[in-house]
Amino acid sequence: MIERLRILGRSGLDILAIQGRSAIFVVQSLYGIPSFRKGGRLLMEQLYAVGVLSLPIIVVSGMFIGMVLSLQGYTILVKFGAEQSVGQMLSLSLVRELGPVVTALLFAGRAGSSLTAEIGLMKATEQLTSMEMLGVDPLRYVIAPRLLAGFITMPILMLIFNVVGIWGGYLVAVDWLDIYEGSFWANMQSATSFDEDVMNGIIKSIVFAFVIAWIAVFQGYDAKPTSEGIGVATTKTVVYSSLAVLGLDFVLTAIMFGDF
Amino acid sequence: MTDESDNIIVIRDLCFKRGEHVIFDHADFDIPRGKVTAIMGPSGCGKTTLLRLIGGQLKPDSGSILFDGQDLFKLSRNDLYELRRTKMGMLFQSGALFTNLSVYENVAFPLREHTNLPEAMIRDIVLIKLQAVGLRGARDLMPNELSGGMNRRAALARTIALDPEMIMYDEPFAGQDPIGMGVLTELISLLNKSLGLTSIVVSHDIHETASIADKIYVIAQGKVAGEGVPERLMEDNSQLVQQFMNGLPDGPIPFHYPAQDYFDDMMGSIES
Repeated sequence: MIERLRILGRSGLDILAIQGRSAIFVVQSLYGIPSFRKGGRLLMEQLYAVGVLSLPIIVVSGMFIGMVLSLQGYTILVKFGAEQSVGQMLSLSLVRELGPVVTALLFAGRAGSSLTAEIGLMKATEQLTSMEMLGVDPLRYVIAPRLLAGFITMPILMLIFNVVGIWGGYLVAVDWLDIYEGSFWANMQSATSFDEDVMNGIIKSIVFAFVIAWIAVFQGYDAKPTSEGIGVATTKTVVYSSLAVLGLDFVLTAIMFGDF
Repeated sequence: MTDESDNIIVIRDLCFKRGEHVIFDHADFDIPRGKVTAIMGPSGCGKTTLLRLIGGQLKPDSGSILFDGQDLFKLSRNDLYELRRTKMGMLFQSGALFTNLSVYENVAFPLREHTNLPEAMIRDIVLIKLQAVGLRGARDLMPNELSGGMNRRAALARTIALDPEMIMYDEPFAGQDPIGMGVLTELISLLNKSLGLTSIVVSHDIHETASIADKIYVIAQGKVAGEGVPERLMEDNSQLVQQFMNGLPDGPIPFHYPAQDYFDDMMGSIES
């Protein structure tokens, strides 16, 4: 019994210790963001690796999700004779929920896991340690640009996802299902508010970007320097990021759109 | 005992534990300036840990490490980085070259990070350093295109790029063929003399290390088992030093990892 309590207490303390370490880590990394003159090139490289290379999966997924939403929406709405509202349903679902959440989940799988694996491997091959011994702080040189690239690119990817999703939905609704184009756009425009819907989606995306980039770089930096350790860290990044995104989405939605 | 100012590093009463395993138990070291000091000992005795402690990457549980009279663990993070930048260099066992940069860019890395030298001057310095390790012709290769020995030599060129006062070599001869070993032995000795460096070589290759070392420490079981010039150590009376220097399989350092009695173990039931 005492032994079980001890194990419980120990694991509680370990969890707190990891939280503390990761908080110190992210503060030190943010504090160490290099000046644009020195760090500009590093940031550009990461914006390309994290953002531009994630574009194909974001664009293709956005397109199909928009198309499916239109199709599903139409089959239900047509029963009530409300098929002209497909545009409204499409934009609200994408802008409020699916855009930020699906982009975040895809981003965690595509960019988050690769950040973790890259940093973990740099640790395992002593590249981070050798950087320290050359007097270059890896938090400033390796971690900060990756963290920043995550913050910057994900909200932009989310906006691209939304635009492509709406276009995919438009193709299905207007070109295939013969919904009147004027009512498609007019309904969408009148139902979607920039301040409430678009801005709240962007805020969600910024929060998710922060959480995913933080989890990804910390898991890489904290990984056991073995091949198994890197595998575990990469898995943790995807699992923790996805759970954090879904949990936070509920909380943010309740705050933003809940009536209380 | 030499005058303390002759020693670039003075370590006193060093204690360091990893979990329950004691790595250093009140150990003292003096690293003389301008000489090659070898740290030797069986695998797992804490040789690399000692280098990491000197590099400020690990903190001891107690004791002090003075580098040029400065206590490493009282320095701020920035001062520690400044010290590493200007005075220390370390050659890792794996070389630890940055895999996304060519050999040339690897050597240029510390120069680009810490100086504002014009590109032409960086090029000159990089080529001089690569010439010193015999890899000027390999400057455009990527680290994955180099052999193990070349990898380590390229890393050595990067380590000396900023002309440190002291270089720590972590197992420089491990996994090298006889030619590679000869080249590295020669290079370490040559660099130490021509650049007026202090070198710390961690190794368990007795003959190569003894041939270039001015002083050897043998560490085992958390303590300094023997120290002195190589010739004196070869004749040391300590059984432990003799076991190590002569490569005897059994002695004060047992062949067997601590375990319960063999007979009891064989007759015991399989634990579920």
